[in-house]
Amino acid sequence: MRLTDRLAADLDGAFEAFVRAHQDAVYSAALRLTLRPADAQDAAQDVFVRAYKALSTWEPERIRSLEAKPWLARITLNVVRNRARSNGRRPETVPLSADVAGTDATDAVADVMADADDVLGRLAALPDKYRAPVVLRHAYGLSYEEVADVLGRPVGTVKAQVSRALQTLKESS
Amino acid sequence: MQMEIEKAPAGMVENVLHAVGLADEFARWSSPVGEVFVAWNRRGISRLTLADGGEAGFTDDFARVIRRPVRPASSVPSRVAAALERRLSGKGGPTFADLRVLTPFEQDVLTCTAEIPAGEARPYGWVAKEIGRPGAVRAVGTALKHNPVPLLIPCHRVVRSDGTIGEYALGGPGNKRLLLTLEGVPVDRLAPVKGFVGSDTTRVFCLPWCGYGRRVMDKHRVAFRSRAEAEAAGYRPCRRCRP
Repeated sequence: MRLTDRLAADLDGAFEAFVRAHQDAVYSAALRLTLRPADAQDAAQDVFVRAYKALSTWEPERIRSLEAKPWLARITLNVVRNRARSNGRRPETVPLSADVAGTDATDAVADVMADADDVLGRLAALPDKYRAPVVLRHAYGLSYEEVADVLGRPVGTVKAQVSRALQTLKESS
Repeated sequence: MQMEIEKAPAGMVENVLHAVGLADEFARWSSPVGEVFVAWNRRGISRLTLADGGEAGFTDDFARVIRRPVRPASSVPSRVAAALERRLSGKGGPTFADLRVLTPFEQDVLTCTAEIPAGEARPYGWVAKEIGRPGAVRAVGTALKHNPVPLLIPCHRVVRSDGTIGEYALGGPGNKRLLLTLEGVPVDRLAPVKGFVGSDTTRVFCLPWCGYGRRVMDKHRVAFRSRAEAEAAGYRPCRRCRP
């Protein structure tokens, strides 16, 4: 039985399994977006509390047809954005270098993500509009189409932004 | 290749469940048999024990019996207190119990027991018959012994068919006697359940412990040895005690 079917049948009974299934991905995305572990934990918990409150008002039919992963990504972005706004602290950004050569994205990710301790520092250097696409694609695991849908940007734009982000991360390492 | 998925910090699931009210919390509550700890979550009351073991004792008990974590809270919320008081005063309505760790048989036993009105007692065999397992009298006793929420599920209202009150997990038979007496059950005058009593004015027959059966005046009281005998005499079973 799919998790969303179980949620539709018994929200309170299946919600723990829902959190367990998604907590690592949501926390990983929140960590790369907030860049601070304590903020990421608070944000990820907030994501699931909001998810529960929304689901508890939904008809079972709507829960059954839920695409949970992109939906949680959307909530995560909103939570991180609201927290940054209310905290008045945003990660510092630096200008993106002008020339980005076309590279093999897979190699680029492997290179720049090899040293996990350094990832957050280098992500901090990315402008927001590049950080969200690369995090949702490579830390959270959405497809380009899903990232485009969640961010409301064309697929081609998202692909370019992810590629540009990876290139920048590589250059800053 | 993907960025490494980070493990979410330990305790995140518990924090979320707590924040949305699905996790269990507990607090002290004053019951007719003394201070108790009551645990609850969004689904209902999940555990009730005497408070003599302290908070640490309750946390250990909860982990062992319910197999979930539980956190202390400052006080029992009004909906939880209202559910307990409603049941103790014998008012009907939903039980507000979370019995999901129990087997279906145990749940049947406790759901049936919850329906016994205040001021009345039923034999173990009555519960067994009510849930459609007339041979499972001993198993009914075991299920009641392991009732996780005594008082809320009034297992003190189930007594032995010989009229003695039997065991009680919440502090021993003395507390069972106290609760029944407070509710007006004539604990020391419960006759053994041998047969049934009828009224020749209403032509209804009852268990001898039924609140209606007790009210039949002596001059109208008719004794039957069996259901068949009562029904052959044109009497119908009481709708309250369902003999």
